[in-house]
Amino acid sequence: MSAGTPLLGVEHLTMRFGGLLAIDDVSFEAADKKITAIIGPNGAGKTTVFNCLTGFYQPTIGRLTLHHPKGDFLLERIEGYRIAKDAGVARTFQNIRLFPRMTVLENLVLAQHNVLMRASRYTFAGLLGMKVYRDAEAKAVELARYWLDKVALTEQADWEAGNLPYGDQRRLEIARAMCIEPTILCLDEPAAGLNPRESAVLNELLLFIRDEHEIGLLLVEHDMSVVMGISDHIVVLDYGRKIADGTPDEVRRDPAVIRAYLGEEDDEELPPEVARDLDELR
Amino acid sequence: MAGETSADHTPIDAQELFKEAGATALVVFALCFSLVGFKTEDVPGGLDIITRFDDVLVATALAFIGRAALVLLRQGYPLPVLATALPVTILLIVLHFSDAVFSTDTAAVLKRFLPFGAPVIDWLVTILAAVFAIRAAIARQRAGSTMTTEEREKAMDRIGARVQRAARILGPLILGFAIILPFLPMADRRILDIAILVVTYIMLGWGLNIVVGLAGLLDLGYVAFYAVGAYSYALLAQHYDLGFWVCLPFAGLMAATAGIILGFPVLRLRGDYLAIVTLGFGEMIRIILLNWYEFTKGPDGLSGIPRPTFFGLPFTRSPPEGVETFHSFFNLAYSPTDRIIFLYYVILVMALATNLFTLRIRKLPVGRAWEALREDEIACRSLGINPRNTKLTAFSIGAMFGGFGGSFFATRQGFISPESFTFIESAVILAIVVLGGMGSQIGVVFAAILLIGLPEIFRELHQYRMLAFGAAMVLIMVWRPQGLLAHREPTLHLPERPPDAPRVAGAAK
Ligand SMILES: Nc1ncnc2c1ncn2[C@@H]1O[C@H](COP(=O)(O)OP(=O)(O)O)[C@@H](O)[C@H]1O
Ligand SMILES: [Mg+2]
Repeated sequence: MSAGTPLLGVEHLTMRFGGLLAIDDVSFEAADKKITAIIGPNGAGKTTVFNCLTGFYQPTIGRLTLHHPKGDFLLERIEGYRIAKDAGVARTFQNIRLFPRMTVLENLVLAQHNVLMRASRYTFAGLLGMKVYRDAEAKAVELARYWLDKVALTEQADWEAGNLPYGDQRRLEIARAMCIEPTILCLDEPAAGLNPRESAVLNELLLFIRDEHEIGLLLVEHDMSVVMGISDHIVVLDYGRKIADGTPDEVRRDPAVIRAYLGEEDDEELPPEVARDLDELR
Repeated sequence: MAGETSADHTPIDAQELFKEAGATALVVFALCFSLVGFKTEDVPGGLDIITRFDDVLVATALAFIGRAALVLLRQGYPLPVLATALPVTILLIVLHFSDAVFSTDTAAVLKRFLPFGAPVIDWLVTILAAVFAIRAAIARQRAGSTMTTEEREKAMDRIGARVQRAARILGPLILGFAIILPFLPMADRRILDIAILVVTYIMLGWGLNIVVGLAGLLDLGYVAFYAVGAYSYALLAQHYDLGFWVCLPFAGLMAATAGIILGFPVLRLRGDYLAIVTLGFGEMIRIILLNWYEFTKGPDGLSGIPRPTFFGLPFTRSPPEGVETFHSFFNLAYSPTDRIIFLYYVILVMALATNLFTLRIRKLPVGRAWEALREDEIACRSLGINPRNTKLTAFSIGAMFGGFGGSFFATRQGFISPESFTFIESAVILAIVVLGGMGSQIGVVFAAILLIGLPEIFRELHQYRMLAFGAAMVLIMVWRPQGLLAHREPTLHLPERPPDAPRVAGAAK
């Protein structure tokens, strides 16, 4: 279905919260070195897919396979933090989760925790101030500097992350996720709250990550126009079900998508329940 | 008049005034009635209860007046406050110094007009009155504009930052003073004992700071590890005849192990839940110590715990045959304070080691991960940081320092029993950390001096210590929940870019 080598396979993913079926038997694939977008109105279950992928929710049913160079990882089976540490799945959050009272640089160095931990020989070499550790720390700082340059935050390196303007916090969160040197980067509504100029800069950054760092990106977005330009592949969710899957052009022309999503442009800002009621009336 | 503002024209809201002042007075009355109103006293043949209702009434009245003054200040009426507080302050000061001015008899009569008759408390009241007078005067000058919460927050932050920066100079100064303290003329036995106590609490504060301040795990049972350390040393010394220095690492290890055993099941809990479980654990350890008679001698405690030696030289006057003592080895006259001075240096070195360790580990990946965990555990998980192991290291390392402190306590006292390890100890150590400013090393020093040193020096404060603790904690929570000197220094900075490096290095990957 999707072009390119598969990186992430989602099969029959189902997530139930009590009586609510948040995701209903969704399957799709994300290709390596490509941008895959999951779109759908608010409440469609996009964030829930991410939470299942990154170990924050245990899916009710489903298989989530990450094809890593080191071998396949079954994401639904491994412990939360290992999904980032071993499988290299990095993510950002819809409502930004930085370490607000720590500096921008510290945020980026923290993302390299496991590398540094090994270099500090689980703290012992670090306590003794040995060269292995000092070198590793210098390298970590250089990687941080590289990403700071990329997201234009070098000047703010010593700021508390919580003091950055909103747009900068979004970019910092992406930089931080990239510092774990991931195999796949999952972004939950990265364009939310950005102005058009910031949004353009963001798109450039995402394309840069895809082309220069050659990793797969999985992008969640509720505003379709944002992703049309940069996505290689789009999956459309509505009320927890997959209603379309294909290239941007295919999706744009898909009648189901037009009906459920594009045709209701003006409902977009409505709460999901209201939108649902309106839908029924129609 | 320049100071005329709109606030001056609105009438005093008497209803609000009486409501607030009345409520405050009621609370103070309810608190004081049993706490201050009754006091047990040793009399020949048993205990007697004496009543102090006059003090309760005075305290209630003072609370009413004080709160009324606050309300008046807030409503923009500094003048009546100034008019009351200033004469009262002057009057109280005159009463305090009445013996210098009047004859002894008159002074004695006059002094009876002091509100409580306990000098320290009366001085506190005087200072409070003076503070009101000053605040009223300032408010008068600025026509009622007081700092907003945010401004105060910013100001305190700046003070915190300044103290933190000053700590680079202040730290060595305090350290220098601490090192020469035993040789100062004022350092008698009592002062040294107090100093040892204060430094012990500083060390415990620094140890707990790792858990509470850095990792953000609210631990209400820290005293358990202190107890494990103390009993480990005492039992090892008794059963295997080992000295303090040999046992010290073992005691630390035992406490750290206890930390891991406790931490493993409970560290998935957060905040309040963790606090309650650790509190329970602290009590459990104490109750085990109390009831496992064959092993711990229960309430009888363990005595005859060996004193530390100076590289094998004991501090005794008349040693057993064939043992050289400290004073004979160095050809000194025997002095009982030698041992105290030695103990003082031992705990000073132990405390400094704790501090250096903390300062160092904060800049290592684990330390940074502790702080990150305090900030946002979910973000940590998304970055591949193992929350459980990271918390466990914080918990067990904190416990280890508690264990070291415990074995020092045992060797200093020579006798330990479960009574020394009650919840109050945990509360005091936690209060030191919280008051000082979580994560602030110098804050712990100030808080320990404030909470341990002052009540010891002014014995009279001692019986009001818990009251002062409570008041201080409430004030801190209302006023500055991060603690007095909470200001965070970054653990690393971006070094200058090497001059030949291109602006965007294509290096990574
Ligand atoms: N932890 C949870 N418990 C119960 N319901 C949840 C939970 N998380 C999400 N949901 C529900 O699942 C549905 C999908 O939510 P979400 O994935 O956040 O939507 P989206 O990200 O597409 O806007 C919503 O109806 C939401 O209320
Ligand atoms: Mg969402």
